Amino acid sequence: MANILGSGIIKGMAVTLTNLFRPSPTTQYPEQRLTVSRRIRGTQLVWSMERCTGCATCARTCPQGVIRIVTHQGAKNMYEVDTFEVDSGYCIHCALCVEACPYDAIFMGYNYERAKYRRNELVMPKSDMAIEHEQASGYYHPDIARTLPEQTLLVNWEKNK
Amino acid sequence: MNPWLNWVIFTIVILVFFLGSVIMFIYMERRVLGKMQARIGPNRVGPFGLLQAIADAVKVLMKEMVTPANADKVVYWLAPIVVFAPVLMVFAVVPFANGALLADLNIGILYVVAVGSISSIGVFMAGWSSSNKYATISAMRMVAAVVSYEIPLVLVIASVVVVSGSMSLNDIVLAQQNYPMLLLQPLAFLLMFIAGCAEINRSPFDLMEADSEIIAGFHTEYTGMKFAMFYLAEYGEAVAMSTIIATLFLGGWQGPFLPPWLWLVLKVFFVFFLMVWTRTTLPRVRIDQLMSLAWKFLFPLALINLVITGAEVLAYPLGIPWYFIFVNIAIGAVLVLLFSRLYKVGGGRVAVG
Repeated sequence: MANILGSGIIKGMAVTLTNLFRPSPTTQYPEQRLTVSRRIRGTQLVWSMERCTGCATCARTCPQGVIRIVTHQGAKNMYEVDTFEVDSGYCIHCALCVEACPYDAIFMGYNYERAKYRRNELVMPKSDMAIEHEQASGYYHPDIARTLPEQTLLVNWEKNK
Repeated sequence: MNPWLNWVIFTIVILVFFLGSVIMFIYMERRVLGKMQARIGPNRVGPFGLLQAIADAVKVLMKEMVTPANADKVVYWLAPIVVFAPVLMVFAVVPFANGALLADLNIGILYVVAVGSISSIGVFMAGWSSSNKYATISAMRMVAAVVSYEIPLVLVIASVVVVSGSMSLNDIVLAQQNYPMLLLQPLAFLLMFIAGCAEINRSPFDLMEADSEIIAGFHTEYTGMKFAMFYLAEYGEAVAMSTIIATLFLGGWQGPFLPPWLWLVLKVFFVFFLMVWTRTTLPRVRIDQLMSLAWKFLFPLALINLVITGAEVLAYPLGIPWYFIFVNIAIGAVLVLLFSRLYKVGGGRVAVG
């Protein structure tokens, strides 16, 4: 068969024809979304004000030095956090802060859609990171991971679902 | 009918058919190409991306017109028109229904071949006048390819003319009342399709626009509306070639239930689908492969096909009986297999598989 002129052409034509009737493997992103990994290190940090003691371990662990934390002495001789800012433009999403936090007050974010037009808009104030309204990722926190939906794997993804 | 009224009506019909088909061809090409390459293709402008071609046209219209300093200005400006006008003229002899055509020339198919060749002069003018080495190389390739592929093309058309006994496209369609010419001339259809693809410079024979070697070929130096004319002419040639193949081999407007013009449009789109399909699948050939395919494969096969067809017509002057469909399919298959053994590129040092 191999020596017949055109047999390779016919094989190739069959491949392209089957592709024509196959659902496209690509996703049309804004309309069709796949569920991301439950342990995603998203483009955001999530922070719990209640649990944070203001010890600034995270700021010291950060290899980029993008966490800025300002505290003052409050009631019962405890720190109260005035400012907690993360410049996510410089953040490398290494999640060392999450692993270092002794009180489990900081988490990686589940959100990955935080593109901004200006660099300074990437500096996240406390309000952008509050755990009350931002979903924390399951990274380093299996208890959170268990509550999140399972990731869509393209191998068993059916378009019409 | 009043000849002037006929002229006005069919000019409008041809323009609508031509422009509508070109826009749909561009859309279809990009969508089908995308699907076959496991992509999606244009899907943002309008429903299902239907308006993509119009958006592209508007973009091209707003582009700046740039003429190269060393260009031969008159030839440079004339070339797009010389390429475009003959493509439109081909449709004058295409029947949309029985007798519904602009001019029922008794030498219709000869007119198509003659007029269709004029656009290659336009391409050569464009390549030459741009004073760009890539454009000139492309123009040279174009002339070489068109001169080579015109011969098998005309021989194949001649065998169709021998069977149908007329050169008028309307009569050729009428001769396919019982079964399309495709069944009676399967080898001719294959050769016509290959030679036609090469003639209108569609991939895998798009050597003159080989963007990986010579940028964009002869229209490298063209911008704006002049470039759009070339683009339009390129797809216009595809429409023309699909229409001619559909008329000669697939029975033109003939078909049950649906109105004749719709049958013609459907067949034209089917032929173009085949062109898109081959374009997606096959990589571009080298220039020596292009030449050897024309002279060592298509040309002898077209000659043999013409001789066999002539013998059949001589033996059965009142119409070739239906069982010759199978005979001709067998002859075609045997000939293709035989010539695939003989076909060698580069003195046999290059493997062909």
